[in-house]
Amino acid sequence: MYAFDFEKPTSLNEAVTALQTEEAMPLGGGQTLIPSLKQRLAAPSKLVSLRGVDEIRGICRDDAGRICIGGGTTHAEVAAGVPEYPALAALAANIGDPAVRNRGTIGGSLANNDPSACYPAAALASGATIVTNTREIAADDYFEGMFMTALEEGEIITEVRFPVPEKAHYEKFEQPASRFALVGVFVAKFADGVRVAVTGASEEGVFRWSEAEAALASDFTPEAVQGLSVPAEGMIGDLHGSPEYRAHLVGVMTRRAVAAAG
Amino acid sequence: MTKVSMTVNGEAAEGEAEGRTLLVEFLREELGLTGTHVGCDTSQCGACVVHVDGRAVKACTMFALEAEGAEVRTIEGMANADGSLNVVQQAFQDHHGLQCGFCTPGMVMSAAALLDETPRPSEAEIRDYLEGNICRCTGYHNIVKAVLAASGQDAERIAAE
Repeated sequence: MYAFDFEKPTSLNEAVTALQTEEAMPLGGGQTLIPSLKQRLAAPSKLVSLRGVDEIRGICRDDAGRICIGGGTTHAEVAAGVPEYPALAALAANIGDPAVRNRGTIGGSLANNDPSACYPAAALASGATIVTNTREIAADDYFEGMFMTALEEGEIITEVRFPVPEKAHYEKFEQPASRFALVGVFVAKFADGVRVAVTGASEEGVFRWSEAEAALASDFTPEAVQGLSVPAEGMIGDLHGSPEYRAHLVGVMTRRAVAAAG
Repeated sequence: MTKVSMTVNGEAAEGEAEGRTLLVEFLREELGLTGTHVGCDTSQCGACVVHVDGRAVKACTMFALEAEGAEVRTIEGMANADGSLNVVQQAFQDHHGLQCGFCTPGMVMSAAALLDETPRPSEAEIRDYLEGNICRCTGYHNIVKAVLAASGQDAERIAAE
């Protein structure tokens, strides 16, 4: 690791100010950033730990019935704290391992936007709103490709607001060494339609499978998407699986997710 | 270097750390508590698991300065007051839950965290909770038995495979 300065502010305002330094980076739970620093894939001048900023931790509900999760809330806290949205709780409960879930945060995961991370699929399929210190961003406008998001330099995710679907399920085909999704599919059925978000598969990062959404809107059964497939072109190919394999898994995971959502 | 202070195994501990100093480095090199091991250093193996404010964390994937003011518990703080092994440690010995012993500090800390959350875990819950702790000797079976026994359950009921 290269050397860097370290700050641990206790308010959002202090954190925003601390991040105005050139090459400063926010530190959430550090479960991805610290390994990246060790590999010298990141070399910030300063890390600003958000762990002491209590105002961006915790879970509440807004007047619209949405679950509002502070950006600094850990995966373990989400797993235990959203009983009315079991698919989201189960997703959080299956990220990494227990020790990772005690440190890693939802804001950190969404800001990093790893193409194989679980939370991007939940946010996109739920039609969540990502709230920062300066604005609100719809999930549809937030994810901009592998490790790319709409966040500006120094912008901090303060809250993520999840509408609660009528039915939902996240089906993850786990890569056992990394515990990331080889392919993960989150389906969410709302009164006005179905949203299907796929992670782990595309070179562009998380995406909505609109063909499946249309089919499921009129018939929310695994059979409705039986004949559908995504093209292998643009899918990730690596030692764990070819693009064709991942494209195949998208269909399988979608059908399983729909079946499990009931 | 920045001064950092925390409570380690019930006692006030103080030392100096850089921003990049990992909690595990601070524990081992600054405080001399070498029971916490560094296995992979990539947050995969769990040999470095300690408790921070009562929750299991990987000490190789947390900075020492993040633990300012925290209550940290390491394997050195697990024995009973009279120096005898605590119930989890004793169960690991009784059921041969270790061979080379390198992963054992992390295994014990994770197992203790599990039993804090779930006092009578099922075999499946134990295996699931220890997912982030890798052992290359035992094949896990006797570790699972040890955790079952430590929770007061019949360890013999899980069949050898």
